Amino acid sequence: MRYLRYLIPLAAFLVLTGFLFKGLWMDPHIVPSPLIDKPAPAFRLTQVADPAKSISRDDLLGKVWVLNVWASWCATCHEEHPLLVDLSKTGLVPIYGLVYKDTRADALKLLDQQGNPYVAALFDPDGRVGIDYGVYAVPETYVIDKTGTVRFKQIGPITPEVLHDKIVPLIRKLNA
Amino acid sequence: MLRPVLALALVLLTVPFCAGAREAAPVGQDPAIERRMMVLAQELRCLVCQNQTLADSQAPLAADLRQEIRELMQKGQSDEQIKQYLVARYGDFVLYRPPLRSETWFLWFGPAVLLVGGLTALYLVLLRRRRLAGAEPLNADQEQRALALLSEDEGQPS
Repeated sequence: MRYLRYLIPLAAFLVLTGFLFKGLWMDPHIVPSPLIDKPAPAFRLTQVADPAKSISRDDLLGKVWVLNVWASWCATCHEEHPLLVDLSKTGLVPIYGLVYKDTRADALKLLDQQGNPYVAALFDPDGRVGIDYGVYAVPETYVIDKTGTVRFKQIGPITPEVLHDKIVPLIRKLNA
Repeated sequence: MLRPVLALALVLLTVPFCAGAREAAPVGQDPAIERRMMVLAQELRCLVCQNQTLADSQAPLAADLRQEIRELMQKGQSDEQIKQYLVARYGDFVLYRPPLRSETWFLWFGPAVLLVGGLTALYLVLLRRRRLAGAEPLNADQEQRALALLSEDEGQPS
């Protein structure tokens, strides 16, 4: 019983250290999105390649799709771009791009040089739709299901691990 | 005589530069909304540089969100509605003062609980110490013996 007096502070210390230790591996820049399992915000945007053609969120109801927010000025977007091209080639899921605070010319030039994984790239020059989706660190990627519900959000570039361990299995499950 | 005049002239000369160094306010802004926006933006976190408020941050997203807040204010939304608007998009993390909920209970009351616990422990320890110190006062006989022992120690037998 007498040892208890010494064990309580020790236990408290270990709990505190445990939390701090866990904190070493947590990235404070990754903020959980409140949009998960909520309806994807509505939008109607023109395509970057053709200002006369527009697409809205509701046009995409009924299929699982991926929304990838990117810009030509964003260096990490260039890094993930080949992965998106690979994903689009598998034909697993339609990928829509959201061209965030960019110009049409710069965005089209990048797609020309690095390949175009997008069914359509939607043009959001003032970042308004970006704000509705809670975008704060491009690139960001959303998986949206048949009912228009956001099921997954990747903040920052997609890595091969995230793609194979999370995104692809999720899309298979949603399409099943 | 000349010096204070010179100093004043220098100060006056720098004034326009100080004003120019501030972020240029968009033309045609309502000063009342601008003031209200800055007060509200002090309460909100910029997600790009996370230790800065939306009011202080130079990040492009912060500028966009300030503009968004201005427009929502012009549409007559209350501060509370605007906070809800941002929380719906970016989560509770945008609020410097997180809402009181079951998950944030420890965050809000943890420090107070720790303080009260620490003070209670300190009080109990001090109380016990005092009780130990004053526990058994010596009677006259014991006091004599104690004095004798003490003086022996000093090598001066009485």
